[in-house]
Amino acid sequence: MTAAHTYPSTWRRPPQILTHRGWRIGIQLGILAYLILAGASIEVDWQRVAMGLERGQRFVMGFLQPDFASRWNDISRGLIESLTMTLTSTVIGVMISVPIGIGAARNLAPRPVYLICRGIIAVSRALQEVIIAIFFVAMFGFGPFAGFLTLSFATIGFLAKLLADDIEEIEPGQADAIRATGGSWWQLINYAVQPQVMPRLIGLSLYRLDINFRESAVIGIVGAGGIGATLNTAIDRYEYDSAGAVLLIIIAIVMLAEYSSSYIRKFVQ
Amino acid sequence: MSEISHYSQIWHHRTPKTRLFMWMGWLSLVALFLWCWQLMNRDTIWFFVADAPRQAADIGSRMWPPRWEYLPELLIPLWDTINIATIGTIGGVLMAIPVAFLAARNTTPSPRILRPIALFIIVASRSINALIWALLLVAIIGPGLLAGMVAIALRSIGFVGKLLYEAIEEIDPLQVEAVSATGADRAQVINYGIVPQIMPAFWGISVFRWDINIRESTILGLVGAGGIGLKLQGSLNTLAWGQVSVILLLILATVVVSEWISAKMRHAII
Repeated sequence: MTAAHTYPSTWRRPPQILTHRGWRIGIQLGILAYLILAGASIEVDWQRVAMGLERGQRFVMGFLQPDFASRWNDISRGLIESLTMTLTSTVIGVMISVPIGIGAARNLAPRPVYLICRGIIAVSRALQEVIIAIFFVAMFGFGPFAGFLTLSFATIGFLAKLLADDIEEIEPGQADAIRATGGSWWQLINYAVQPQVMPRLIGLSLYRLDINFRESAVIGIVGAGGIGATLNTAIDRYEYDSAGAVLLIIIAIVMLAEYSSSYIRKFVQ
Repeated sequence: MSEISHYSQIWHHRTPKTRLFMWMGWLSLVALFLWCWQLMNRDTIWFFVADAPRQAADIGSRMWPPRWEYLPELLIPLWDTINIATIGTIGGVLMAIPVAFLAARNTTPSPRILRPIALFIIVASRSINALIWALLLVAIIGPGLLAGMVAIALRSIGFVGKLLYEAIEEIDPLQVEAVSATGADRAQVINYGIVPQIMPAFWGISVFRWDINIRESTILGLVGAGGIGLKLQGSLNTLAWGQVSVILLLILATVVVSEWISAKMRHAII
């Protein structure tokens, strides 16, 4: 007996994802090369950064000691715009996305309708909210009305797609049962489809309400009203304590919305 | 039979009381909507709204045809945008990993102190959009790619952290027990008991976030954080609508390609 039968005394974990050695080394080298190339493209002005760090410190201080009082008028106006914009755009967006969602479900709609509705969804999903907002501001003027249209448009892509996917996955037995009783297309929707997708539709609408509020804080930066405009002004004027107050309000409302919507969703489903 | 004649002859889905309750709910929603609509449109100038179709036609006619000669100028900003998204994602994921382990109920060292802090980091990062992070960071560290990368990284912590800690909480505890039964210490338990279980989820989440970050980084330039958004801002400010349409088509193409790559990669991993 010679050393031919010695077993390795250490164990190495086998690779999980890329099992071929060549691929592994190749991809690692590729990543390294990319990082070097990409790192070279960053130009950092360290003097500017050092100067900014002091400003960053002031911002952190502003965040820790937010000033709600001195700009309260502007903050409350922005907040009201954001909240009303969120609610109206969600309601309108849901109202439009229900027919589009039904039209985009393969098991309910004829082929041409299906393609048109899926096209609308694709367009709405492909464009960023901010880019849509830029166009709506150019068309409808500054203010929350442009923001309302932006968010409604964005809601359609989100909600109609998920609703259509949900309708395509319903239990076909119930639809067959309604058809067998001689129900019309409307009765089919009302008695077979709606009860099955309603809980999820409500859940998704609440989730979208939450997203719309977050987005309403952003589109204000390009002039579509809401709390984003207030925040932008505060930062432009280097009033970091007011900006900190706005950010804390946004975080608080988002947390509140998230908890209450998850609670309502649990209650509904 | 006469004894059932007091039942309603028409079948209803719900009892009268629930129906009344639901009507009240819908009514209050409509009332709330109308009230919000009034409040929102206090300052709306309806003349501009009525004028919008004409404006749209005007902008449309200026945007078409796209100025394709502008395309070569956009390639370096596009490369910058992809770098912002990729390096930002890497940074965000690296920061999200410890946060996720602190936030997961089964791995957190102190559920009373560190877990709430980690959860707050996740919520704060998630509720503030990348554009707002960029706005802050441009004011702090100056305009440029670095601000965009840090903004994307800070924004990614919440998303990756949340999904990752949920994945950690859902692992199979038997494997962890098996590893700790061999006498492994804490780090070894994490390395051999937990990491292999969350690896596919981890890569899936990271690639998914990278895809979202490509979308978000295209607009970061609007507030000065570098990339193709800077060109978009410049073209919008100079009313060069032909250039705007080229940029938008390029952004659209980039988004479609990144979505395709991410779908392929997630398909290969999971």
